[in-house]
Amino acid sequence: MAAQVLPVIAFYLFAGVAIAAGFMVTVARNPVRSVLWLILAFFSAAGLFVLIGAEFVAMLLLIVYVGAVAVLFLFVVMMLDVDFAELRAGMAEYLPLGALIGIILLIEIAFAVGVGFASEGAKAIAVDPAPGGVENTRALGLLLYDDYALLFQLAGLILLVAMIGAIVLTLRTRDGVKKQSVVAQMHRTREESVALVTVKPGEGVGGQTGTTPAE
Amino acid sequence: MEDFSFVSEYLIPGGWILLQCLILTVGILVSLAFLLYADRKIWAAVQLRKGPNVVGPFGLLQSFADFFKFVLKEVVIPSGADRVVFLLAPLMTFILAFAAWAVIPVADRWVISDINVGILYLFAISSLGVYGVIMGGWASNSKYPFLGGLRSAAQMVSYEVSIGFILVAVLMTVGSLNLSDIVLAQGPDPKSGAYYGVFSWYWLPHFPMLILFFISALAETNRPPFDLPEAESELVAGYQVEYSSTPYLLFMIGEYANIVLMCAMTTILFFGGWLSPVPGLPDGVLWMVFKIVFLFFIFAFVKAIVPRYRYDQLMRLGWKVILPLSLGWVVATALVMKLFDVAPYTYAKALAG
Repeated sequence: MAAQVLPVIAFYLFAGVAIAAGFMVTVARNPVRSVLWLILAFFSAAGLFVLIGAEFVAMLLLIVYVGAVAVLFLFVVMMLDVDFAELRAGMAEYLPLGALIGIILLIEIAFAVGVGFASEGAKAIAVDPAPGGVENTRALGLLLYDDYALLFQLAGLILLVAMIGAIVLTLRTRDGVKKQSVVAQMHRTREESVALVTVKPGEGVGGQTGTTPAE
Repeated sequence: MEDFSFVSEYLIPGGWILLQCLILTVGILVSLAFLLYADRKIWAAVQLRKGPNVVGPFGLLQSFADFFKFVLKEVVIPSGADRVVFLLAPLMTFILAFAAWAVIPVADRWVISDINVGILYLFAISSLGVYGVIMGGWASNSKYPFLGGLRSAAQMVSYEVSIGFILVAVLMTVGSLNLSDIVLAQGPDPKSGAYYGVFSWYWLPHFPMLILFFISALAETNRPPFDLPEAESELVAGYQVEYSSTPYLLFMIGEYANIVLMCAMTTILFFGGWLSPVPGLPDGVLWMVFKIVFLFFIFAFVKAIVPRYRYDQLMRLGWKVILPLSLGWVVATALVMKLFDVAPYTYAKALAG
């Protein structure tokens, strides 16, 4: 019995912090603080993953969401120029709509979790998250690369297309922008870059014909 | 009986873990004081200066004098700053830098938490280090810190990607995410027991990645030549401009702890951790310390002899040079392992016994 106490305390700690942080995301005055609360929520979720024995997923959550996605969120939100008071004024107006979406999501989650609990084998998984002592990194690898290799590859291909699409959409070449060609820069030689100019008194370099290095 | 089981199940193991953490943290903090001194001395020697030489014999106690100076000064919080986030930022840098050490094996089985996904944990924690910088830059409510914070956000995210691919290449040859396994994979061969000392370590088969990892580590820890978030000629001191006394001290200790962490990571990935460089000599924690200090020396040396990068060059290097090279190396490693039928270390070990 005693061995169960610590995980239970940890679960309620992580779950409570996750919910509180999630709530704070929506009510925080400042969008930057919202993102910081969101990071705390991700963190608590990672803790919950560790508790159910999915340490690989927990670390991926930290690396991908906290380490990269939330950094970009923060990056964008910090540079936003919006009037926060004006944004908050609309809160009462959008509250019913938000509540409706929230309730729909809650019902969906309830259905999904309910089906998960009712299904066969759910009990067995709940008792032993790592059946046969296979650590979940290996289990995931075996599943992804052996059983679902084609689907995995297709998902990768779709992501690649999305990435190329994003680059093509945002790539624009503007005129009049001074840009350094690194290859050209590295292949410059002393002869074509430096010129020795004898400056006559009272004339300055501007009066010389040899102002360009090519001369 | 209930009380007794509480003592034996929670109190004693918990106390033991706390003691381990305390020993490691104090050890790192004291070593940091002298590494900081070494950093300044090496920098001074390259520039033909004397460096710190007043406090204590040869100036050895300079870091402690600095410590007391920082702690005893007043904490100045700029008006208009977000006070909570402002003070949270240095704490974040400091705590994360030390939290990462929990999974570092300093010798065989000398590790606080020997988890299965050790390298991922290390990668995750080191990728969180960027928050201290961004939060500090934003909360200061000042132009230069903000620019420094934005720069560092882009810089650290960019170089993390290539660090990730370098880790993947090394992990493929190990077959495990456990840091102790990564070190043991560079030790004696599981089948024949052959060990060639220095030449068994991964710096040899993964040599190009060692260089790329070192460059990425420099960028990830905001060390020169990639110290653009705090470039004094452009941004005064970047995200640290508004920080004074203890918060600044926390930033600085966190930064150095991260540098030593990167040295430890390089040691584990490429230089065989606690393994001895000569077959026959005993392995142990001293080799690990020696390797970390040697790598720190190179970090300090690079700081002294290399001029700062320009920001666009930094981004170009990260995305157009290091990332394709490390990605290519992952493919090349997989190809070589498949063609020559090289089994990862853990599989070879399982087969051998």
